[in-house]
Amino acid sequence: MARMEDLVESEQAHLRHLPLPSFESTPWIGGPALSERRVAIVTTAGLSLRGEKLFTRGSADYRVIPGDADTGDVLMNHVSVNFDRTGFQDDVNVVYPIERLKEMAAAGEIGSVADFHYSFMGATDTGEMESSARELAGMLKEDQVNAVILTPV
Amino acid sequence: MSALAHYFEEEGLATTAIALVREHAEKIRPPRALWVPFELGRPLGAPDEPEFQKRVLRAALALLESSTGPVVLEDFPDDAPGAKAEDMTGWVCPVSFAPPPAEDQGPATATLQEIAELSPWYQLSLDRRKRTMVGVSGLEIDDATRFVASFLDETPAENPMPDRPAAFAFKDAFTDILAYYSEAGTAQPGTRSSQEVQDWFWQQTAAGKLMLAVQEAARNSADADLRIFVEKTMLPKTQGG
Repeated sequence: MARMEDLVESEQAHLRHLPLPSFESTPWIGGPALSERRVAIVTTAGLSLRGEKLFTRGSADYRVIPGDADTGDVLMNHVSVNFDRTGFQDDVNVVYPIERLKEMAAAGEIGSVADFHYSFMGATDTGEMESSARELAGMLKEDQVNAVILTPV
Repeated sequence: MSALAHYFEEEGLATTAIALVREHAEKIRPPRALWVPFELGRPLGAPDEPEFQKRVLRAALALLESSTGPVVLEDFPDDAPGAKAEDMTGWVCPVSFAPPPAEDQGPATATLQEIAELSPWYQLSLDRRKRTMVGVSGLEIDDATRFVASFLDETPAENPMPDRPAAFAFKDAFTDILAYYSEAGTAQPGTRSSQEVQDWFWQQTAAGKLMLAVQEAARNSADADLRIFVEKTMLPKTQGG
């Protein structure tokens, strides 16, 4: 469904002409086996907890979602209307797979699930997010995280 | 999304990204990415499909054990459950609205009537889903509607969210109205596509008509943020936005 040819023409044009950052090289960090990884979710879905400061157009900061937060309090306030929200409405895991990660940790497939997870609002220029992302990397490492799963929307 | 992988990895943190737009992952070249052929908004494929979601997660996390990098871009092989058009049943909203109030009462009155009629369905949704996406603005749904509708007037109502610029308060109220309709309209379990729900809201409800009227009125607003919002991020591209 997210094959480019399945989208309406105006959306295809928007995605094809979206300014994208370019990188001269790609870094590569190794690590232990999956069963020893501590995994955190970082999403660009514009999620925040009920009552928390909301994103605006151009927000480059992030919101913290404690791993034990009630999923009923995880709201979406992304600025775009050009993606489906009914899936998230039915099940947060379709965007923020916290319950699936916990199940995988309980089954020993991954080492553990981080205590905290994070959301940006992806309609922002990613270059604007760079300093926040680098700051966040430090927080993740403090939480002993050694694997990040990035989910878009 | 994939750009964040560069920043994290440069800081010493291993990443694996799910990519919904393959062309973007090809250009940004994150260390590890799994392209998934799913609808935008559904990176794990489908709601209430825990085993399928775990298959996607396993495929993405498995890239962390790959030794062929940097730059691994793999394709998830399967479509999401329920994603094919032939799986759809021709969903129609189960709510039969009463005839709209007299035309001269305006779209706001018609929308408030509709919201009242949807109320038991919204409650049914709350009972079934045990959660709601309504609550971004913090306003009661009737108040959110009145606030949005006031942008039809020459002077909109006072901003009920003092910490938010009026344009963003408008957007938050709009987000809540959309969520209320979406949840109420789909309170009964069943197969429906996101497009069917979207078509229903924008083409068949008084709320959709109200939003289109407000969009038209706000195009000439002195508030630049509001103009940008109504012109660029209010009406989905699939509805001609």
